Amino acid sequence: MALSEKEVLAGLAEIVAEETGVDAAEVVGDKSFTDDLDIDSLSMMTIVTLAEEKFDVRIPDEEVKNLVTVGDAVAYITGAQS
Amino acid sequence: MTQMTINRGADYSRILGLGAARGENLVTNDDVAGAIDSSDEWIRQRTGIITRVRANAETSVVDLAERASRDAIAAAGVPVEEIDTVILSTFTYPVVTPAGAPVLADRLGCGTAAAFDISAACAGYCYAIAQADALVRAGQSRYVLVVGAEKMSDWIDPTDRSISFLLGDGAGAVVIGPSATPAIGPTVWGSKGDGAPLIGMTASWLDVRDRGAAFPTLFQQGQPVFKWASFDMPKVAKRAIEVAGLSPSDIQVFIPHQANMRIIDQMIKTVGLRDDVAVGRDIADSGNTSAASIPLATERLLREGAAKSGDLALQIGFGAGLVFAAQVVVLP
Repeated sequence: MALSEKEVLAGLAEIVAEETGVDAAEVVGDKSFTDDLDIDSLSMMTIVTLAEEKFDVRIPDEEVKNLVTVGDAVAYITGAQS
Repeated sequence: MTQMTINRGADYSRILGLGAARGENLVTNDDVAGAIDSSDEWIRQRTGIITRVRANAETSVVDLAERASRDAIAAAGVPVEEIDTVILSTFTYPVVTPAGAPVLADRLGCGTAAAFDISAACAGYCYAIAQADALVRAGQSRYVLVVGAEKMSDWIDPTDRSISFLLGDGAGAVVIGPSATPAIGPTVWGSKGDGAPLIGMTASWLDVRDRGAAFPTLFQQGQPVFKWASFDMPKVAKRAIEVAGLSPSDIQVFIPHQANMRIIDQMIKTVGLRDDVAVGRDIADSGNTSAASIPLATERLLREGAAKSGDLALQIGFGAGLVFAAQVVVLP
């Protein structure tokens, strides 16, 4: 069953916290991965890959640059769920 | 019809001795950061590299290979004239033909040994180990010299932000011969040719001759390569452990290709190696030396006492091709 945006956000926050040490509570919709959460491109690739595994979705490499904020990623993952 | 005779080889093979040679000059992050508008801190944080070793202009791939080979042959205790096969893994030898291996074999005094180069980029050392192991067990060769040697600095663009600042020069060599017990596990290897555009050269020789292209240098698409290396390669590594009849907890030493410290850290997590595993981290000081990086990291682990002769080591190479190879070996 497809997860809600809220559930995807919770799961994504867990991944980000685990990978970067950022407090999961900081991982919210309008935060920019780069500017607010200080996540570099290699950490972003790791987060994307772990999210693909966790949510069973495919996030193409060329799509990653469009995922600027946490909200962008949550919306993409929610929409990509089959 | 009379049947022909075929070779019968040793039951098992092993690495008998190892040698290493590094470029003569330490190049710091500050030395390379200016041309790419970067900093020591950025390079350390992104790659784990503090310095890289680069050879003098007059030092060649074969010079580096010869230095490493002489140490390997001495360590193995095998008379040089008994080495009947020389495999040089390199993609930075500056002519298409003849290969470097015959020149190397001649310099070392290996007589008329079979000698050839292989081109498997950063997987080249593990590719060559697979071949040497098979040759010894098939009876085609008795003592095989395997060398990974690269002079990456001949193929860099100082203003390239994708890969050049990572690269160093060096050579690592091993002698492989018969063994009474299993000491080189089955190799898990392969390729992914649809990834060819991800790492390579900026131009072919024909582009240079016919289309006015600049001298070719190396480039990579860092993010997809990082993803492939960090998440697909652990699957290959795990399979190499499995086909050797071992479990991850049996592995005492992990020696991945030295591409990026963050790839190494991610691989350790994903493969599930034990907490006290010794890990090759020579990239911090030597940089990425492609086919030389695994034997260089091995040499350092042994020299510094972090690993010892007889330890079970998992080694995995991966790079341009894309190509990959992994096997478990007993350290010499």
